[in-house]
Amino acid sequence: MNKQRLSRLVVHAALVLYTCLAVGPILLILMNSFKSRKAIFGSPLSPPSESTFTLVGYDSVLAKADFGLYFVNSLTVTIVSLALVLLTGAMCAWALTEYRFRFNAVIGLYMAIGIMVPIRLGSVSILKMMVGLKLVNTLTALILVYTAMGLPLAIFILAEFIQQVPRDLRDAARCDGVSEYRIFYAVILPLIRPALATVAVFTMVPIWNDLWFPLILAPGRGTQTVTLGVQQFIGQYVTDWNAVLAALSLAIAPILLLYVLFSRSLVRGLTAGAVK
Amino acid sequence: MAEVSLKGVSKSFGTVEVLKDINLDVEDGAFVVFVGPSGCGKSTLLRLIAGLEKTTTGDIFIGGRRVNDVPPAERKIAMVFQSYALYPHMSVYKNMAFGLKYAKAGREEIDQRVRQAAETLQLTPYLRRYPRDLSGGQRQRVAIGRAIVREPAVFLFDEPLSNLDAALRINTRIEIAKLHRALGATTIYVTHDQVEAMTLASKIVVINKGQIEQIGTPLDLYHRPAKLFVAGFIGSPQMNFVKAKIVGADGGLTAKLDVGGEVRLPPAPAKAGDVVTLGVRPENLSDQPGGDFRVAGAVDAVEHLGESSLVHMHLDDGTVVVVRTPGDSAVVPGSRLTASAPLSAVHAFAQSGAAFISGGVASTNTSDPA
Repeated sequence: MNKQRLSRLVVHAALVLYTCLAVGPILLILMNSFKSRKAIFGSPLSPPSESTFTLVGYDSVLAKADFGLYFVNSLTVTIVSLALVLLTGAMCAWALTEYRFRFNAVIGLYMAIGIMVPIRLGSVSILKMMVGLKLVNTLTALILVYTAMGLPLAIFILAEFIQQVPRDLRDAARCDGVSEYRIFYAVILPLIRPALATVAVFTMVPIWNDLWFPLILAPGRGTQTVTLGVQQFIGQYVTDWNAVLAALSLAIAPILLLYVLFSRSLVRGLTAGAVK
Repeated sequence: MAEVSLKGVSKSFGTVEVLKDINLDVEDGAFVVFVGPSGCGKSTLLRLIAGLEKTTTGDIFIGGRRVNDVPPAERKIAMVFQSYALYPHMSVYKNMAFGLKYAKAGREEIDQRVRQAAETLQLTPYLRRYPRDLSGGQRQRVAIGRAIVREPAVFLFDEPLSNLDAALRINTRIEIAKLHRALGATTIYVTHDQVEAMTLASKIVVINKGQIEQIGTPLDLYHRPAKLFVAGFIGSPQMNFVKAKIVGADGGLTAKLDVGGEVRLPPAPAKAGDVVTLGVRPENLSDQPGGDFRVAGAVDAVEHLGESSLVHMHLDDGTVVVVRTPGDSAVVPGSRLTASAPLSAVHAFAQSGAAFISGGVASTNTSDPA
């Protein structure tokens, strides 16, 4: 009994420690975004007090009319890429697991390579291609790249889940006279919803946080994303920390909202198949 | 309403041939049961008829139409799966309506058909529930309901009762029999349970190792099994087999049992020197020594079932023989017993497995003219 309590205590201590490590920096950013510049540097670890509280960072961020645009750009890119990754990824996973055709295994392997090789290695070729397609400085360029970036892992995970959908269900639907498309949309997709949520979270965070591709593919005024927009507050000699921290705090909100939306299904997704 | 016929159907998965040259006619309105041990190919045969697998060679006809290249939905069949295969994210009502919705049936017609099927299967109180909230028997009824609403010409059942407990299995078995009588549709039913086969079928198809062993009515198979395999498979407890050798063929046959003793058999296509297997069902053996076929051995165990008792004994060469005696039998384990049966209960099988004597008379349906 005592031993059990001790081990539970150790587990909880480890979890609390990890939570502090994970949440700490975020808390630090949030706290300091409400503090005056002097207080940020003077006592970075203390919460805002009456004397140090200021909204100057948020003022300067919101005063820039462009910032709304950056948010819209980031959201557009993330949501459209996410939708494309989930839809085409699920379709591809369904095709690869359900149908036997030539090159089935080869295509599966090709997709798996995409998991192993980082897409940034191809930045030069991607840039050349986008120039050739006249897509530089468009959100389309980002969406295409992010879709390609998210697909391999999405297909890999979704294929695993689709395989777990009992064969009899698909056969029953076929006997019911349901078309292959309908089977996919009305039977398979609802049943792999937890997996879709898992993939959605894995996919959306890197897209939202990415600085690299916006920087090289869409650095123009109208197409900047939040991560790129924040950069204008970071100068070579002077950095407007109030504005940077305020912008980053604001940037957490939408992704947090999306995460909460997916998370209920996510927990089921991560543990599904663990117990059998 | 439709008849189903298979002509020279075979099926291979890669290099493994799971079905060999299957020829079969199922009349309109018949209740045909495919029975055989697991892995014999009976489920594959059902999936071929459903259109879920393609034949390697041969043709399948449903209602006179060749359906080799017709998708399952257009074959006018409905299938009930062993695992029920209910859509877990749909209510009972939607499960049953799902197929109809895409068959472009009107909303009212769907509603009427679903409610009627639910009424028949006593599912009306459960229409709004989800499969996870139902018991095994209820799920099974929903699966059957989903098949009924499609008003198919042919019902296909793939071991529908094997996930139910014993009591429910008997109930559902009777329900299925009633349903077949009410709907009158051609039904093909797959099971490995010979009791289900015997009780439900108007015709049984015994399948073993990808081939049809025998086709016949339940009593046909019981009284006149054409093959050793069928004799052993149909009937419970299974038929007793003893090895013997034909020692005389003058007018009638004389068989000498390996364990000792002789049996006079009627004239039949066999000759002196043939090694044969004699079979007698436990219920035809008695603990009185008066019959034409006699074996003696030591009693190992007596199972009292109430209305009868099963006496398990082993002969001197180790062959196990089961005798069904009256319930108040006084036989005790450890004693010696001579069991006997009249000639009319004796079956004889050639080494090929083909029967040449069934129920004490020379077989007419032997497929192996020895």
